[in-house]
Parts: sequence; C-alpha cells; structure tokens
Amino acid sequence: MLTADSIRRWCWIHKWTSLVCTLFLLMLCLTGLPLIFRDELSIWLGDAVEPPEHVTPRAAVDLDALVKDAQARRPHDAVKFLIRDDDYPMWFVSLGETPTAPENSALYMYDSRTGDFLKEFPVDHGLVHVLLTLHVDMFAGLPGTLFLGFMGLLFVISVVSGIVVYGPFMRKLPFGAVRRDRSPRLRWLDLHNLLGIATVVWVLVVGVTGVINTLDRPLLGYWQMTEVTDMLQPWKGKPKPAALRPVDDAVRAAEAAEPDMAVRFVAFPATPFAGPHHYMVFMRGQTPLTGRLLKPLLIDVETAQVSAAKDMPWYLTALLLSQPLHFGDYGEMPLKILWALFDLLAIVVLLSGLYLWWKKRDMAEFDLVQQEQLLADGSAS
Amino acid sequence: MNVTRTTGEIWGMPLILAVVTTFGLISALLGDDMWDRLSWLALAAPLIVIGWHFTRRPTSCRN
Repeated sequence: MLTADSIRRWCWIHKWTSLVCTLFLLMLCLTGLPLIFRDELSIWLGDAVEPPEHVTPRAAVDLDALVKDAQARRPHDAVKFLIRDDDYPMWFVSLGETPTAPENSALYMYDSRTGDFLKEFPVDHGLVHVLLTLHVDMFAGLPGTLFLGFMGLLFVISVVSGIVVYGPFMRKLPFGAVRRDRSPRLRWLDLHNLLGIATVVWVLVVGVTGVINTLDRPLLGYWQMTEVTDMLQPWKGKPKPAALRPVDDAVRAAEAAEPDMAVRFVAFPATPFAGPHHYMVFMRGQTPLTGRLLKPLLIDVETAQVSAAKDMPWYLTALLLSQPLHFGDYGEMPLKILWALFDLLAIVVLLSGLYLWWKKRDMAEFDLVQQEQLLADGSAS
Repeated sequence: MNVTRTTGEIWGMPLILAVVTTFGLISALLGDDMWDRLSWLALAAPLIVIGWHFTRRPTSCRN
C-alpha cells in the first residue's frame, strides 16, 4: 500500500513529466497518425506508384541495368543503396551527392519483373516528407531526434507514474466509471483514467520503441565504427579495385550463402557500410519476425565471393524489432486502423491531462484533498 | 458511504487488458493469416471495453 507521501511524490512525477513532454507528444501523435498510412498516402498523393498488376515478366531482370539507369539520371551523384520493396515487386535505387552522404539526393523506383523505371520518389519535399521530418527530428537533424527521444523518455516515466497513481485514484470507483452527473473536471478525470489504463500497454510499447528508434543513427554509427570497421580491416590501404563485378553477382553470391534468406538491400562500394572493396548485402529471414532482422554479408567487388558474414549485434536487433512495434506495419490494414484508433485515444488522454492541469493548475492542492479523503476512508475501513 | 475496492477489483480488468494487448502486439509478429487475425481481435478488446464503458448509462460513484 502506498503511503500518502509516496502518492504525493508519484503525483508530482506524473504532473511534471507530463507537462514537459505533452506538447511534443501531441505533435508526435498528430504527425504519427497519417504516417501510419504512409505507403497508402504516398501512392494517393502521387509521390509513389503501385507497379502494374499484369506485366510480361522478362527472363531475368538485370539489377545492374537498374543501377546504370539510376546513375545515368544523376551522373554526378553516387549510388548508395539498392533496396527491395517488402510488399510490391519493386526495387529502389538511392543516390547521394557522395557515397558517404547521409541524405539521399534521389530515390528511384523500378519494377522488379520488367526492370522498367516507375517513378522518382520525392526525397526533400511533399506532405509525407514534411510529416516524417517533423515526427523524426522537427527539421533539427540529429539533435532534434535526440531531443524527441528525451521527451519520449519523460513520456514513458509519465505513463509509469500514471499507472502508480491509478490505484489510489480508483479506490472508490468501479473500473471504467465515468461520472457524467458530476462536474466536467471529474468527468474528464474519469475518462483520462479509463482511456489511459485501457490503452497503457500499447502506449508504453509505442513510446519505448519510439525512444529506441531515436537512437538509430548513433547505433548504426557505432556499429559502423566498430564491427564493420573490423570486418573491413584486412582491405585497409589496398589499392582501389580495378573493375567492379555487377551487383547481380554479389546478390547471387549472398543468396547462395544464405539460401533460406532473401535480399533486403545492398550497400554499394564506398558507402560507409561496404568500404571501397565490397558490396554489403543485407539478407532477411522469411517469417514476419525474422523478416525484420538482417544478416549482413560482405561480398568482394572483384571476385564476387563472400569475404565475411556476421550476425547483427544485439542493439541493432533491438532497433530492428522496435521498428514494426512503433510503426504498426506488420499486420495488414486492420492493424494500421487499430494503431490509428489507439493513437486517437492517446491524443484524448494527452488533451484531457492538459485540461485537468489547466482547470486545477494547483494540482497539488487537488491531490491533497484526494489523499485526505483517501486516508480518512482508509483509516475508517 | 463509498466502498473501498480491493486490489483485485481495482487491477483485475487493467491486468486482463494488459495481457490481451501484449498478446495482440506480439502475435502479428509471430506469423501471418491466423496470427494477424488473432492480433486484430486482441487489440480490439481494450477499444471495445472503452466503448462499452463510455456509452453505458451514467454511473454514480455514490452507490
């Protein structure tokens, strides 16, 4: 049983962690809502296309031809990644101003059955881009992302403290009671409690995985500086390769080495993940769970042989598993709709929390009244 | 006078919803088809409980 002192402390934690993060969380919930349907939205807005349903497939699509086509569209840029779409028969080719540039300068979509160029996906404009950038870093780069991660951490503390104070607040009420016949403040308090406790696991999971996702760039950077650098060490200082084998050879070598896995994406030579002498082919499993995990294979650009293979470290596995649990993109459209409904309820919890604080700005006083009542009742029983 | 509720009465339903939601979040990761459908059902549970309490006739705390 919580003492009056500890209830007061937890109320204080709930109030202040919530107050600091609420406006940012509202922004995240509002921008996150359309982003649940990001793929559909991109197609609807004309940023992306679905490949045609019926085509005459060619015997074998030359991936190297896609890469050459992409390169020809931006001759001064460097090809960074070749990425397979999870849902449609499509490949993406991403380019940067340099191979090590963190930002994409272009992203091209190709039909994987015919090799046809489909569309250029906008990388620096459009509604989806604005929503995503607001959601990820508020147009403030890595510091913005880390700041939002800290707000997410405060939010998680606020939710946990909310669970702790839920008990004492509900000692007089049946579960789910909404006192409509009382003051609006009590009605909103009841709604805040009901919606908050009923959605708490979803909110915590999306909150914690969101915080983990804010660390993606530091974690990838750390992996690159440690394990990838170790893997590339034997080739350090060697002369630049004379000729590159086509990416198709690298993909075939990776598929032969991991016959139960599929290519998710390929990092091109000179990008930070591949180094000058290799392709890095990232393979994924075939089930919903293992399909999210990656296994990187280093393929020599001159021989197209596997130079090294290493499982991802635990922190990148955690990052990769955090993505679906944050995005809600792993259970078809009904899961996305459920995700949106939970998100809307989270907005109501945030707004009602703000309202409760605003109506009784001196919440401490309100808490004390509650606690005195609780203590009086407690000693009587 | 109000009755003070036991820990079981206070935490019973939240605990059930937490377990069901956790199952729903994990099951769609474990497989497709059946696992997806189970996930949708499980995640709908807290929403249905909220809807039921929200639309129920006004309750008074003074019982």
